[in-house]
Amino acid sequence: MEDKTFTISVYSENNVGLLNRISGIFLKRHINILSLNVSESEIENVSRFIIVVNTTEKWVQNIVGQIEKQIEVIKAFYHTDEETIFLENALFKIASSLLFDEKQIQNIIKESQSTIVTVSRDFFVISKSGRRSEIEDLYEKFKPYGIMQFVRSGRISVSKEKMEISSLLETFK
Amino acid sequence: MGTIRISGAEAVIRCLLEEGVDLIYGYPGGAIMPVYDELYKFQDQLHHVLVRHEQGATHAAQGYARATGKVGVAIATSGPGATNLVTGIADAQIDSTPMVCITGQVGRHLLGSDAFQETDIIGISTPVTKWNFQVTEASQIPEIIAKAFYIARSGRPGPVLIDITKNAQFDELDFSYEKCTGIRSYNPVPKLNLDKVAEAAALINSAKKPLIVFGQGIILGQAETEFKAVLEKSGIPAAWTILGLSALPTDHPLNVGMLGMHGNYAPNLLTNECDVLIAFGMRFDDRVTGKLSTYAKQAKVIHFEIDPAEIDKNVKTEIAVLGDVKESLAALLPLLDAKSHDLWHNEFKELAKVEYESVIKDELNPSTAGLSMGETIEMINKHSKGDAIIVSDVGQHQMFACRYAKFNSTKSNITSGGLGTMGFALPAAIGAKMGKPDREVVAIIGDGGFQMTIQELGTIFQTQVPVKIVILNNEFLGMVRQWQELFFDNRYASTKMINPNFVAIAEGYHIKSKKVTQREDLDAAVAEMLASKESYFLEVMVEKENNVFPMIPTGACVSEIRLS
Repeated sequence: MEDKTFTISVYSENNVGLLNRISGIFLKRHINILSLNVSESEIENVSRFIIVVNTTEKWVQNIVGQIEKQIEVIKAFYHTDEETIFLENALFKIASSLLFDEKQIQNIIKESQSTIVTVSRDFFVISKSGRRSEIEDLYEKFKPYGIMQFVRSGRISVSKEKMEISSLLETFK
Repeated sequence: MGTIRISGAEAVIRCLLEEGVDLIYGYPGGAIMPVYDELYKFQDQLHHVLVRHEQGATHAAQGYARATGKVGVAIATSGPGATNLVTGIADAQIDSTPMVCITGQVGRHLLGSDAFQETDIIGISTPVTKWNFQVTEASQIPEIIAKAFYIARSGRPGPVLIDITKNAQFDELDFSYEKCTGIRSYNPVPKLNLDKVAEAAALINSAKKPLIVFGQGIILGQAETEFKAVLEKSGIPAAWTILGLSALPTDHPLNVGMLGMHGNYAPNLLTNECDVLIAFGMRFDDRVTGKLSTYAKQAKVIHFEIDPAEIDKNVKTEIAVLGDVKESLAALLPLLDAKSHDLWHNEFKELAKVEYESVIKDELNPSTAGLSMGETIEMINKHSKGDAIIVSDVGQHQMFACRYAKFNSTKSNITSGGLGTMGFALPAAIGAKMGKPDREVVAIIGDGGFQMTIQELGTIFQTQVPVKIVILNNEFLGMVRQWQELFFDNRYASTKMINPNFVAIAEGYHIKSKKVTQREDLDAAVAEMLASKESYFLEVMVEKENNVFPMIPTGACVSEIRLS
C-alpha cells in the first residue's frame, strides 16, 4: 500500500492530557504528524483536532481506531484531500521600504490575493490563505526581496460528507 | 442527595467502599499519607495489604482481578512509588485487566516545580492506561473515582490511574457519591448487529473445516456457558490463546489445545487448513499468528469482538460481529446447525498423536536423570485434580504450565500474556489467593522471574496468605537460553544464573520449604505442599537445558511449527 496524505478529524471533550494521549498514538507507530490544529468545533465544549499525516490507508485506519478508543474522544474520521476542503494560512513579515523601492511587491500582493494585515514604519505583514502550493509560490516570489519572518499554520479542513456528531452526542444522553 | 463534609482523603476511602472494594494493595509514602491516615480509621471495612514494592501491589491487584473478575486496586505515593507501578499498569493494559491505581502527588502549588518526589505520572502512564486523571481539588474526587471504576471495568477492561495532589487529600468537600453509568464520549459496548450474527451463522453452517479460536474475551465477558453451548452444538474444534485458557475445561472433547508460538501442533498447523476461522474475544497477537502474510490466508475470518479497534488490525475479517460476546453467542446459538465434524476432528487427533509421540511423551515421562518441567506440572495436576488456580510467571516454565496444567473451571489460569512480565507470578498469586481464599493457588515460577519480585515473600509472611510456590529451577534464564541455543549458535550470553539458597531465603520468611532434586521425591513433596494449610515453598531442580517444543520461530508461519 502506498503512502498518501490523510486528514484525520477528531471530535473530543476539551480535556487536559488528551493531546498527549493522541500524539502518543502516532509516536508509538513512528508516524510523523505533518500538521496539527486544535480548535473549538461547531458544538459547544467539543474540540476538533485536524491532524495531517502521510501514511498508508491501513495505518490511518489503525490510528483512527486507536484514537477513537480514547475515553474522551467522541468520534474520529479520516479523509483524503479529495474528500475535504482545506487550507493553510501564512504570515510574511517584510521590510516596509520594499513597498516603495520595489514596485513588483505590490503586484505580487495583488495577484496572490493576499491581504495586508498591518503596515508600520519598519515592516508590513501579509496574510495569505490557501493551499500549500499557493503559499509556497508566494514564498518563492517574496524570497528574492528578503523575508524578515515567515510562518505557516497547520491545515484546517472541513469534510464534504456530513459528520453526525450532534446526533451521536444525542444517543449518548 | 444528602452530603457530608469530609476531607478528600476520607472521600477516597468512602468512594472505594461505595464501589464495593474491601481489599487494596499498596505502599505508603509522603504524598499519600492523608489517605493512609484514613485507611487506619477505616481498617475494619477496607483491608490494606502492605506489599514490599509497588510493582508487587499492581501485580497483586491484577491477580485479584483476574481470579475474581472484580476491579483490583493498588495505591502508592508520588515519585518513585508511582513510577514503580508502571510495569504492572502496562501489563494490565495489554492483558485487559480491570485495575484502578491511586497515587499521591505533591501539592498543587508545587506542581511543575521539581518538588521532592514529584514526577509527571500522568505523562508517564498515559500510553499504558485506559484512562488517567490528575485530581487537584478535593471536590473532584467522588466524580473522578466513580469514572475510574466505570472505565476500568466496562467494555474492554483496563487500568486507570488517578493521581491526587496532597492538597486535594487534605481539603474538605461536601461528599456524596453517585456511581458512574455512562460517559458521553465513551461507548464501551458496541450495539450488537443481529444481521451480522446471521451472516456469521450462515458462514459457520456452510463451513466444512471450521476452527474456533478463543481468547480472554470469553472470561472477561463471563460468557463461558454460552461459549460452551455454541461449541457443543456446532461441534467445531476450539483452540485457545494463552489468556483464553481455562474458559473451557481442558479435558473438554472439543478443546484442541493452545495456539501460537509454543502451542499445540494440531491447532497451529490446521489454522492454515481451516476454511472458516471464528475468533471470539481475542486480538490475533503476533505470538498467536506468527507471520501474518501466511496466516490462515485460505480461510474466511469471522471476528466476534468488543473493541472496534481490533477489527482488521492484524487479520482481515470477512465478518466482524461487534458487541458483548455473551450476548453475541446467545444470539448465534439458535442459528447454528448441529454438527459433529468427525472427519475434521480426526485430523486434529492424528496430529495430536504426532505431537504426543515426539514431544509430550518424553516431557511427561522423561528418560533423563533430571526432572522435567512438564512432569512437575503433571504431578501438580495429579494432586490438584485440575481444581487449582495456576499463576505462572514468564518464560519456559510458563509455557509448560500453560501447555500441561489441567483446568476444570474458568478464571483459573493467571499469567502475564501480552507484556511478558517476569516477576508477575509471586505477587499475582497473593492477589489471586486473597480474592479466592477457598481455591488452591499455585504459583509456578522460574528461578529468574522469582528473583525479580522475591521481596513479596515478606508480604506472604506478614499476611500469612497460604499460597503455594513452586520454583522450577534450571539455573538459567531458560527461554532466552533456548533462543540462544536455537538461533544464536549456543552463545549463552548472560543467561546462566548463579542462584542463592532459595530454601534458606523462604525459611528466613518462615515459609515452610522443601527442595526436590530426585524424581522419586517429587510426588510426596507436591502432595505435602498441596495438603499444607499454610503457604509452602517448593523448589524443584529441573534439567538445565531442556527446550519447550513445539515452537513456531519468530517470523515463521504457523504451519512451520517445529517439533524439535
